[in-house]
Amino acid sequence: MSDLTNRKPETGAFFARDRAWHAPALTPGYKTSVLRSPQRALLSLDGTISEITGPVFCHSVIGELDNDLIHNFAKPGESAIGERIIVHGRVLDERGRAVPGALVEFWQANAGGRYRHKKETYLAAIDPNFGGCGRCITDEYGQYSFRTVRPGAYPWPNGVNDWRPAHIHFSIFGHGFAQRLITQMYFEGDPMIWKCPIVGTIPDKRAIEQLIAPLDWGNTIPMDARAYKFDIVLRGRRSTMFENRLEGN
Amino acid sequence: MVQELGYLKETPSQTAGPYVHIGLTPNFCDIGGVYEDDLGSMMVNDKTLGERITVTGRVLDGAGALVRDAVIEIWQADSAGLYNSPSEMRGTADPNFTGWGRCATRAEDGVFTFDTVKPGRVPFKDGRKMAPHITFWIVARGINIGLHTRMYFPEETEANKADPLLLRIEHRERVDTLIAVREDSTYTFDIRLQGDRETVFLDI
Repeated sequence: MSDLTNRKPETGAFFARDRAWHAPALTPGYKTSVLRSPQRALLSLDGTISEITGPVFCHSVIGELDNDLIHNFAKPGESAIGERIIVHGRVLDERGRAVPGALVEFWQANAGGRYRHKKETYLAAIDPNFGGCGRCITDEYGQYSFRTVRPGAYPWPNGVNDWRPAHIHFSIFGHGFAQRLITQMYFEGDPMIWKCPIVGTIPDKRAIEQLIAPLDWGNTIPMDARAYKFDIVLRGRRSTMFENRLEGN
Repeated sequence: MVQELGYLKETPSQTAGPYVHIGLTPNFCDIGGVYEDDLGSMMVNDKTLGERITVTGRVLDGAGALVRDAVIEIWQADSAGLYNSPSEMRGTADPNFTGWGRCATRAEDGVFTFDTVKPGRVPFKDGRKMAPHITFWIVARGINIGLHTRMYFPEETEANKADPLLLRIEHRERVDTLIAVREDSTYTFDIRLQGDRETVFLDI
């Protein structure tokens, strides 16, 4: 991070999270949440140095194919089967500022909706050339990108006939541990989005729409891969201009 | 019209789901050859300063059943009380200590384990020292937004009594849910998501 900018690192506490915008813990339509949701109120506290700080990852942890899911598990000369897509976007904070040096990790099912996981028993076939994980670190403008195949929809034992829409899981680190976020990206125009109990945990339709990546025709590479754009917003950080704080902040 | 504030909304959280391991700990779930090691699997090396400890525990649901598909991340100061972060302004943390670890709970017994060092004390905003603690973040299938909590150390009786966060817990019998059980250099910290002896979770 310090190698990307001459701006002083920011050390303010983060904006309070708008918990009405996020899903509540208890969302009975998503059955597993019933026994895994705390019943007591969260203990609220303005961020301390323990949450304002957070790990920052060095570009050296990223291997050459880490952001190429089409090839990073494939045998030499082979590639994953499916619709070739590029997913790209920016990591910003709530103030609209780029978050450089953010580690973005992602994982997904293959083109048939099958995950490569020992607990997974869906009858769609494993793709021998597709693992399903990738990662990258945002550049100085907060930009990330990766190549993959578009994941298939996938049935799951929740209701009798529940199917997940095509989705890619994202995990993001900002600059402070309080910004830590895991979410899911959906694809523009997928009618499955509005039937999904996990999507439906989010109370506000506008918040759901923030998880839907539009087709990005401008960045589509002819005869190669279509592009989808997915911007991610992490918690904003208070500027410290009027905060006369003691050591530790 | 007044000026626009122009703030964006935070991207809403979604559950990490049951296959979180594919993305965060691929080697743990037998996806070999993509990443050399699972990120966060090693916090210390031979040169790390401080008292070596093991932090272990389980995650339990509201029926007391093991949560066998959680991923736990921890974040802590080094033995001198400095964070290995660009936002740390008080000095330079031990370069041989990452401060951050990641571990999945094992499918067989639901146990997570971290080999780390005991953290030093760090200041609260008003300068009071907080008791030594480790920040935890828990994600799993059925958890819509990652849960933050803290683990404190049972031998730090006096420091814990004066800790600004622990002092804010209104129901005093709940303070114990944040204090690990010690046996030699191993600290056991069980996280109860719901119900009897529910762990105190933080909005921070």
